[in-house]
Amino acid sequence: MEPIHIEEVQKQLDRLANKEVYVHLETTNGAYASHFNENAYNVGAFIRNAKVNYLHGKIVGDNGTYRVGLKLDNGWVYAEGVNQWELDEQDRLLMAGHDREGRLMVALEISEQPFKN
Amino acid sequence: MIALEKHVVVIYPHPDDEAFGASGTITQFRQEGVPVTYLCGTLGEMGRNMGNPTFANRETLSDFRRKELIDACNVMDVELRMLGYRDKTLEFESRDEIAKHLKNILEEIEPSLVITHYPGHAVHPDHNAMGAAAIEAVKQMDPDKRPKVWAQAISHDHVKLFGEPDVINNVKPVFDQKMKTIMAHRSQAQGVLGSMNGSAEAAADLEEVAKERLGYESFYTWNFD
Repeated sequence: MEPIHIEEVQKQLDRLANKEVYVHLETTNGAYASHFNENAYNVGAFIRNAKVNYLHGKIVGDNGTYRVGLKLDNGWVYAEGVNQWELDEQDRLLMAGHDREGRLMVALEISEQPFKN
Repeated sequence: MIALEKHVVVIYPHPDDEAFGASGTITQFRQEGVPVTYLCGTLGEMGRNMGNPTFANRETLSDFRRKELIDACNVMDVELRMLGYRDKTLEFESRDEIAKHLKNILEEIEPSLVITHYPGHAVHPDHNAMGAAAIEAVKQMDPDKRPKVWAQAISHDHVKLFGEPDVINNVKPVFDQKMKTIMAHRSQAQGVLGSMNGSAEAAADLEEVAKERLGYESFYTWNFD
């Protein structure tokens, strides 16, 4: 993955708007957070292959950290902390935020085909 | 420490659980000529470590981890079977179905010993779910054909609750082999062991630290009575 290039990502968000797409959305601080730090909480959520059709999508932010919002007919998809992206060989838009050690903290991915379950 | 076993089956959910938790013990068994089979539950699809610097992403991680798992099993010289479950979801599957799946494999292999996680004391929900299903599978076997089970606890309070584990293997004599197995998990090892690949001097120190932390592998023999 590469550091976010806001214009390039915006172009891809525009390309994928107003059609049926599959979304993978995830955030995690790992299953060991409270094992290594008793004051920490384990939190995480993911949804894989949510089928949506968004009216428009937008990436906002600066200093290397970004937010992405997809406006739906009757709702929203939102991710904060995204800092890297890639358009993979299947033309899927992959976005993720990694910490200093390269561990994934948040991911938002959009594809015209379902993701492998 | 390593009594002669007929066949050992290791049941953990993630590629690298075997490396950090039991690769020293597995190596000791292999050195005695004991066959070992690793039943690996998932491909660690939802892991956070993507290599450091990152080389995997959420969609490519499982392919990397499958290759790493095969490499690690080659280092340990063990048979590998991938069970095909998905990372993070084991506790939401039917425990009975996973147990049945495992029981079929155990009845085919007829091991004398099964190594798995101690349910409720293995920190990660997948560890607890896989360990519970493994113990359920053995429990459902004909008592005459049941293998022994060594259950590995990771929780901070297990010694306080259960006392010292009855099986404590000193794996420092085979630690080179354990490190090789850990390092086969390229996308994960860096994250767990930090800057192992730094300067030679720092690497040597870190290896010493790793040896202190990972130099013993301990298990509780499960009591089915």
